[in-house]
Amino acid sequence: MMKQKTNVTAFLVLALSLFLGVATADEIATLRHGTPIDSESDPAAIPQVFDGDIKTKRNYPMQPPLIPHDTRDYDVNLQANKCMSCHARRRTEESQAPMISVTHYMDREGNFLAEISPRRYFCNQCHVNQTMTREVLENDFQDMDELIEERAAKSKDD
Amino acid sequence: MLQYFHKLRRDIGRPSVHYSIGALTLGGFIAGVIFWGGFNTALEATNTEEFCIGCHEHKENVYQEMRDTIHFTNRSGVRATCPDCHVPHDWTEKIARKTAASKDVWGKLFGTINTRDKFNAKRRELAEHEWARLKANDSLECRNCHDFDYMDFTTQSLRASEQHSTSLAAGEKTCIDCHKGIAHNLPDMSGIEGY
Repeated sequence: MMKQKTNVTAFLVLALSLFLGVATADEIATLRHGTPIDSESDPAAIPQVFDGDIKTKRNYPMQPPLIPHDTRDYDVNLQANKCMSCHARRRTEESQAPMISVTHYMDREGNFLAEISPRRYFCNQCHVNQTMTREVLENDFQDMDELIEERAAKSKDD
Repeated sequence: MLQYFHKLRRDIGRPSVHYSIGALTLGGFIAGVIFWGGFNTALEATNTEEFCIGCHEHKENVYQEMRDTIHFTNRSGVRATCPDCHVPHDWTEKIARKTAASKDVWGKLFGTINTRDKFNAKRRELAEHEWARLKANDSLECRNCHDFDYMDFTTQSLRASEQHSTSLAAGEKTCIDCHKGIAHNLPDMSGIEGY
């Protein structure tokens, strides 16, 4: 009797775990959009990069500014940094491009260096192009100014 | 041996005994056409991408690097092949370039750049040759396709039209001054203007 009971419990646990396993597998495979694992999905069209050369507003003061132009085939590697040929301090007069922020010339300890700091060298770690496309995830980010205004309005009501 | 040369020299200086002047003239003309045609055909055969990437030095390095760039893959399917940028189109300059390029054969024979590391070690020097050449001929190979007179600044991005309509238009700068490394990876750029 005892043995039978154990068997039934084991079966139930197994069935439940299988069911859960299938359910979570479905949830994990979101990036494939339900395409079976043995077939290839049609890739989405590659969106065009914004190339209008118009600065966009920063959403918060510390936000790394977005790149408002195309950067196809720009080398940023051990040999060369194409971004610096316009945005380096000594290049900005000729290029009229914004200089990289002063923090990029500082090392960890806050000492100023003559050249861009190695830890800031790879521009694309923080700065990105913009493409004309839908948001991948819904974003409910609110500008700080909006929040302040909301709160001010609220406290006025009280 | 010496006697043979003396005989040859004597025979060349003597008028023909067996052949008429007509046959010799016509024969010379036909032979000339064949040799000249053959020479140019052979020259053109070396002026193809297939020929260039026949050597693994070119196929594994510069050719692979080019495949991602806009001069190889783009929306309209017009693409540049090696000689479009690296060999002048006019005959005289082409022969001069081909003569200079015969050094590649030396490099091939002695394996100067037969590994990726050796190639990378020489990349700056090789790139400098090309920059100097394009600077000296006012980026002739670029301009074979990209004609300044037909550039529409209104469809260029702001920064492009600004620079093309000033420095390039005035002749202060030429294409290669700004557009280095557009088809292949850049070498170590330390000390190069603009980097």
